[in-house]
Amino acid sequence: MLAVEGLSVRYGATTAVDAVDLTVPDGSIVAVLGPSGSGKTSLLRAIAGLEPVAGGSVHWDGADITGLAPHRRDFGLMFQDHALFSHHTVLGNVAFGLRMHHHPRVDTARRVAEVLELVGLSGYEPRSVDQLSGGEQQRVALARALAPSPRLLMLDEPLASVDRERREQLAIELHRIIRASRKPTLLVTHDLDEAFTLADTVVILDHGRVAQAGAARDVWRAPSTATVARFLGVATEFDLPIEDGAVHTPWGSVAASTSPRAWVGFRPADLDVRSNGPVEGTVRAVWFRRDHFLLEVDTAHGSLTAVNSQSEPIGAVVHIAADLEAAVIVGIDEAPDGLMPDA
Amino acid sequence: MTVQPPYRPRLGRVLLTLVPLAFLCVFFVWPVGAILGRGLTSHGSLDLSPLGDILGDTGLRHVAVFTVWQAALSTVATLCIALPATAVLSRYQFRGRGLIVAFLTVPFVLPTVVVATAFRSLGIDGTLLAIVLAHTFFNAAIIVRVVGVSWRALDRREEEAARLLGAGPLRTFTSVTLPALRPAIVAASSVVFLFCFTSFGVILILGGPRFATLETEIYRQTAQLLDLRTAAALSIVQLVAVVAALSVAGVMGGRLGRVTRRPPAPSAVPNLPARILAGAALAPVVLLVAIPLLELVGRSLAHGAYGYAHLTETPLGAPSSSLHALGTSLQIACVATVIAVGLGVCLASAVTRRGRPSRVARATELVVVLPLGVSAVTVGFGFLIVFDTPPLDLRTSWWIIPIAHALVALPFVVRATVPALRAIDPRQREAAALLGARPIQVWREIDMRVLARAAAVAAGFAFAISLGEFGATLFIVRPETTTVPVAIFRFLSRPGATNVDQAMALATILMVVTALVALIGERTHRMGVRA
Repeated sequence: MLAVEGLSVRYGATTAVDAVDLTVPDGSIVAVLGPSGSGKTSLLRAIAGLEPVAGGSVHWDGADITGLAPHRRDFGLMFQDHALFSHHTVLGNVAFGLRMHHHPRVDTARRVAEVLELVGLSGYEPRSVDQLSGGEQQRVALARALAPSPRLLMLDEPLASVDRERREQLAIELHRIIRASRKPTLLVTHDLDEAFTLADTVVILDHGRVAQAGAARDVWRAPSTATVARFLGVATEFDLPIEDGAVHTPWGSVAASTSPRAWVGFRPADLDVRSNGPVEGTVRAVWFRRDHFLLEVDTAHGSLTAVNSQSEPIGAVVHIAADLEAAVIVGIDEAPDGLMPDA
Repeated sequence: MTVQPPYRPRLGRVLLTLVPLAFLCVFFVWPVGAILGRGLTSHGSLDLSPLGDILGDTGLRHVAVFTVWQAALSTVATLCIALPATAVLSRYQFRGRGLIVAFLTVPFVLPTVVVATAFRSLGIDGTLLAIVLAHTFFNAAIIVRVVGVSWRALDRREEEAARLLGAGPLRTFTSVTLPALRPAIVAASSVVFLFCFTSFGVILILGGPRFATLETEIYRQTAQLLDLRTAAALSIVQLVAVVAALSVAGVMGGRLGRVTRRPPAPSAVPNLPARILAGAALAPVVLLVAIPLLELVGRSLAHGAYGYAHLTETPLGAPSSSLHALGTSLQIACVATVIAVGLGVCLASAVTRRGRPSRVARATELVVVLPLGVSAVTVGFGFLIVFDTPPLDLRTSWWIIPIAHALVALPFVVRATVPALRAIDPRQREAAALLGARPIQVWREIDMRVLARAAAVAAGFAFAISLGEFGATLFIVRPETTTVPVAIFRFLSRPGATNVDQAMALATILMVVTALVALIGERTHRMGVRA
């Protein structure tokens, strides 16, 4: 099990990673999710031993490995743009780690064939890595990281260099491969779909700090701050008082804790146009989104973003319904009007 | 609490830097320091009178002015003749393009003595024209190569954008293309200027009694007038001028190497008028390189190839035969190459070692490149005044010449290997380390492969430089260590057609050997790329 405590990385006066706590239990997949510049890659590199650590510790199964050289950590890392050895073939790349660990030759060939089969590239051994497609290179990089059986698998933006169309399919496949390899896995990404498709635990990083961590589903359902909520797709937000243990939204009341005020947010998919929708508004803008339309609607309660199966003319009057179950509620201890927490 | 980065400077890395630096201190800093001492002090106190004497002496002042004048003229001539050819060679793709580029590069590795001999065989020696043409012959390759690389890598879309915004072809060239090429042109021109400024063999052989530059004057003061103080003062003037030229180039040049991701493929020459224009742009530079070389080979075969027939004979007044000189040259070149490549590779590795570039690394790089600007004559002169007395009396040592050659070649080796090492994606090393490679294995698996190729090219280059080295050698050569360039110079300074024939024959042989060595280096490089 990987246990990171209070880990900090600094570049001069800039703190890229600020006292991060993180664990990757055996057999689990943890995703570190954050916008670009949030310190994800620095965190990953520090755990791998590639970046000097300014504070905190990294433990593996209770042993302190904070100062251990990368080649002694036995961690596998798949680099963002793969960093394949262009002077080697696929075989040379995948066998590299085995060679460094002085595997017997016979074993090496068998193990290479094994991991290549796992990533779906059987028979690719003699190919030059320059001639592979982006997706194939990505799988070679994965096979190379997996071949020496690392005790931890790390992935840096694993699907960033793959075409958008292929990304979803590859994410599912990647999930299958990681599950089949049974390696504890730590991945960093800025892509929500990637993180929630692959990981059971999600850690949200913001400006180098952990903003929220927990089971993927819990984090998705209950973001702990407005910033996290916005990052996780909340587009419509209200600042409302809590009265008698409930907040009163335009669509009805939701139970809430004892904070004096609440920040209430909805994702576009949880607001939609319906003839009996209780909130009336006029369409200000429409965006086409492949299988649905996004409407920006001005209402008496403010502007909101909702989905609709069809387009509406600008200026049309529509009625909006909400899925109250899906509302994101963040308690605010004290918030002057117009100022959002964490904004 | 700061946990040390996993990569710590190790003993090996320290040695990697210290050994070459010690070599540079003993064989470069010390001699140059000694020159400064000779020129600026007298009986242990500061004495600027030799510098004052130079400024007061009309003859020496004239020498200084002519040095700058001929270098400037040569640089402008080189630009005029090479830039149109560069445009054609980098814009268009046509049959024989690679051949022309390779052909134009031949002079660059040729010994100065050979080039001077070739122009002498044209019968225009003793004129300013000969000097300027010889310098142009030498340096056209620098323009074609340096500016050509930039031109080929130029993002064509910027020009296209300018055209779409309403700029005509000429306007596009002056407002988009030329500014983009400026760093490369300034860099190449300043190197050309520096080479012309410190040119020695060409001036000594083609200048005749009329034309003298600081370099040849230093030699004359040392070898003929035995006035070491004036020679030292001249060296100081020369050093200051070189440093000034380098600084001006640094300020004006801006940043080099704005490289586009995917350089556009050069197109074919479109139509007949364009073809004629392209031919007209290429012809002068091709003829300039071809005519002297052909003339040299032709003259060497004159009189029934007399020069070749008498290679084994010991000429009157010479210590040994020309064949012996060839053997000496090859031996010295081998040793000099080993020293230069060994030290150069160490330095390049130390300078580019992983991690952020430290101040020490940057200082090291600067110290290494300095000898590039300091002329060979300064090196030779410095050796002469430092190593003739204990503690290090190398006057009679065979080693002094290969060491001097290695010193002259070292900056080229470092310049050839550092960019190759810099180009390695640091993540390749990180990937190797994470896959379990120890630091030494990382070096062997990643750096060594790149280094081997770059070192092959550098070795070919160092070998060619040593074979042709003339300026430094002339100061420290002894009868038993006579190299081919020195032998050629001796033949040329003696009267009689047979001596000239021998000089032409030796120059031709030296040219062929040098070209072969450079070719082998280049081949090894290409093979390495394919493997």
